[in-house]
Amino acid sequence: MENSNKKEVRLMKGNEALAEAAIRAGIKAYFGYPITPQSEILEYFTEQAPKRNFTVLQAESEVASINMIYGAAGAGARVMTSSSSPGVSLMQEGISYIATAELPCLIVNITRGGPGLGTIQPSQGDYFQSVKGGGHGDYKLIVLAPSSVQEMADFVFEGFKLAEKYRNPALILADGALGQMMEKLVLPEEGSLPHVTPDWATIGKTKDRERNVITSLHIQPEKMEAVNHHLQEKYKAMEQEVRFEEYFMDDAEIVFVAFGLSARICQKAVDIVREKGIKAGLIRPITLFPFPKQRIADAAQNAAGFMVVEMNAGQMVEDVQLAVNGKCPVYFKGRMGGMIPTPEEIAVELEAKFIHHEEEV
Amino acid sequence: MEANILDNLEVVYQKPETLTDTPFHYCPGCGHGVAHRVIMEVVEELGIQDQTIGVAPVGCSVFAYHYMNVDMQEAAHGRASAAATGIKRVLPDKYVFSYQGDGDLAAIGTAETIHTVNRGENILMVFVNNAIYGMTGGQMAPTSLCGQVTSTSPYGREATQIGFPLKITELIAQLPGAYFVARHAVHTPNAVRKLKKALKSAFEYQKLNKGTCFIEIVSNCPSGWKMNPLDSQKWIEENMFPMYPLGDIKVPGKSTTPSTENN
Amino acid sequence: MIQTEEIIVAGFGGQGVLSLGQVLSYSAIMEDKETSWMPSYGPEMRGGTANCVVIISDGRISSPLVSVYDSAIILNQPSLDKFESCVKPGGYLFYEESTIVNPPTREDIHIFKISAAEEANKLNKKQVANMIMLGSFLEVRQIVKLESVLKALQKVLPERHHHLIPLNEQAILIGKDLVQKQLQETN
Repeated sequence: MENSNKKEVRLMKGNEALAEAAIRAGIKAYFGYPITPQSEILEYFTEQAPKRNFTVLQAESEVASINMIYGAAGAGARVMTSSSSPGVSLMQEGISYIATAELPCLIVNITRGGPGLGTIQPSQGDYFQSVKGGGHGDYKLIVLAPSSVQEMADFVFEGFKLAEKYRNPALILADGALGQMMEKLVLPEEGSLPHVTPDWATIGKTKDRERNVITSLHIQPEKMEAVNHHLQEKYKAMEQEVRFEEYFMDDAEIVFVAFGLSARICQKAVDIVREKGIKAGLIRPITLFPFPKQRIADAAQNAAGFMVVEMNAGQMVEDVQLAVNGKCPVYFKGRMGGMIPTPEEIAVELEAKFIHHEEEV
Repeated sequence: MEANILDNLEVVYQKPETLTDTPFHYCPGCGHGVAHRVIMEVVEELGIQDQTIGVAPVGCSVFAYHYMNVDMQEAAHGRASAAATGIKRVLPDKYVFSYQGDGDLAAIGTAETIHTVNRGENILMVFVNNAIYGMTGGQMAPTSLCGQVTSTSPYGREATQIGFPLKITELIAQLPGAYFVARHAVHTPNAVRKLKKALKSAFEYQKLNKGTCFIEIVSNCPSGWKMNPLDSQKWIEENMFPMYPLGDIKVPGKSTTPSTENN
Repeated sequence: MIQTEEIIVAGFGGQGVLSLGQVLSYSAIMEDKETSWMPSYGPEMRGGTANCVVIISDGRISSPLVSVYDSAIILNQPSLDKFESCVKPGGYLFYEESTIVNPPTREDIHIFKISAAEEANKLNKKQVANMIMLGSFLEVRQIVKLESVLKALQKVLPERHHHLIPLNEQAILIGKDLVQKQLQETN
């Protein structure tokens, strides 16, 4: 790679941009298993590893990958894994352990259409799994939803920053299209994200300290409840990290809420209906947890209604409804199974609901 | 305090510093306590406490980190060798060992076990085989013997229904990634001495980066087997050893010999 | 007014459809424009049809996927069948004629029939048919300059193939000529 440190504009696939950013973020190791549509990540790492200072290992399964992450993150290293929907389902037990043991790490889900083996085409069907925990017990991941190749790279840095700040796993939730598409981007600078081995890491007990133990097991219910309280307080503190982006919200009467690729499509839908004089705007949650519920609640005070657009059967719409809290109607437009809505069909749906007044969801 | 009296006594036996002061929770007569102690004695004698990271399993030894005074991780059921792989890959100069029971290593974690060894991860895997699930209350293990009565094989293990005892140690010994594979026991002082020697070699081999060291410890479970400790020791010799014979299975520098005479 | 060109490039896998799109996108970057390249991916890539949507704009690109296009560059019959109706009225359709049995019929768009495969065979390098198509497209839709395309080729082609850049340039010029002749004939 020539001039990997120079700030140059490049054209890259989302998956490759993410992998290159991770190397620049100074990952010590990557563990993963091939699955479409994210195999380029593992391929990029295996190609780069001998030239640059990190370890890559193709594990025997996603189950093994996530437990390797547990071990390596517990040893204080900056590490990551990636997969796509079925593979991330396999990781859920391990993610629950990682969240409870409070190990910072980065998990990437380049989502594909489900349920089941489904399709390899893009989807946002893993929203619930990502933001509500995903595995057993009460835990949360920091969830970042990029909507461009630039953000695929940038959010690797953001993900590690937040993960290490809160000792919590962070998840990048993107879809197959964002992984496969190419856009221009400026890569984050190598070495701009310093890392210090934390004092809780299992790196060998020296005489001057007690042994470090990484565990998610607290068999006494009193102790386990205390651990839960601690985690819940941490999740509350994370609320301050909420991030979102707005498009034409200044005078918006109809508010789109969409994340990731859907938000890009909605942006175009806003342009289409604005040309017809309909005052539509867009709120794009960037962090899916924490969710920008306050911003949505504020927008609900004056809005005629909301339209949530997702590539699933309606998941984030529930969080929007909670935030809107009955102040105005919330409609939903979704495509499933790897289908991507077009800006035009969203515009038609918006007109049907708000101009021709078809019924609420 | 009568410290002056104690001062005049000669210490002939003591707990290694690599064990904590926490009393073992294991059932009377259980082999886990001895196995823990021997491993930790070796860590102390090699002077590598500050370079050693252990991984505990799910099973009776789930709390191994309460007793072993080294940095430790508690892994998900079956995934100790994956966690150990993660640790070793980011800390290649440290000594890493996993400690797993038969359910953990040879049932739910079979894939991780085989692939860890196949990659030749430079770690030590300690495998405690007592032919039963102790922690969950005496259910059948992959290593339970044919005819063995457990709470989930109440009429005795029937091979035609549930398969044969899995000799995973012989299985992984076939893999080129395995550097040193041996089977030992902790039921007599002599067996413990042999185990300790093997464990010491295994830790030392880690410095060579030659592959995985794998030591099976054939042990007992008086509670699960529903017998007193003494009878359980006898049961090991009479029933376990014919199926799981002790000794080296793969030794550095020698090719693996199929152990037909042991069957 | 922000200028945006939304292009579909479609054909069989192996015809260089995806790389044609990448060269276009990279050329846009050379001129500091915004661009996105969205491929079809999955089983249809493996031996079947392949396509990519390329958007080039002076402003920020919203949706990288659209359902109607300003221009279509088509290299086989199934793609022509699928995408002819998706060209905006007044838009442009360029098709490689060698495998087309049922030519396009629309009268509200500009249609260019390009003998790219034949010309590429004359060069003894059938792989450059895609660059001939690119040349034809650029002659009509001058959204990026030729020099930007040549710079882009250096980025897209691995270094061991850089000796092929002159051949690719030649192919692009042939494509331009083919269209020029057609325009002169119609005028």
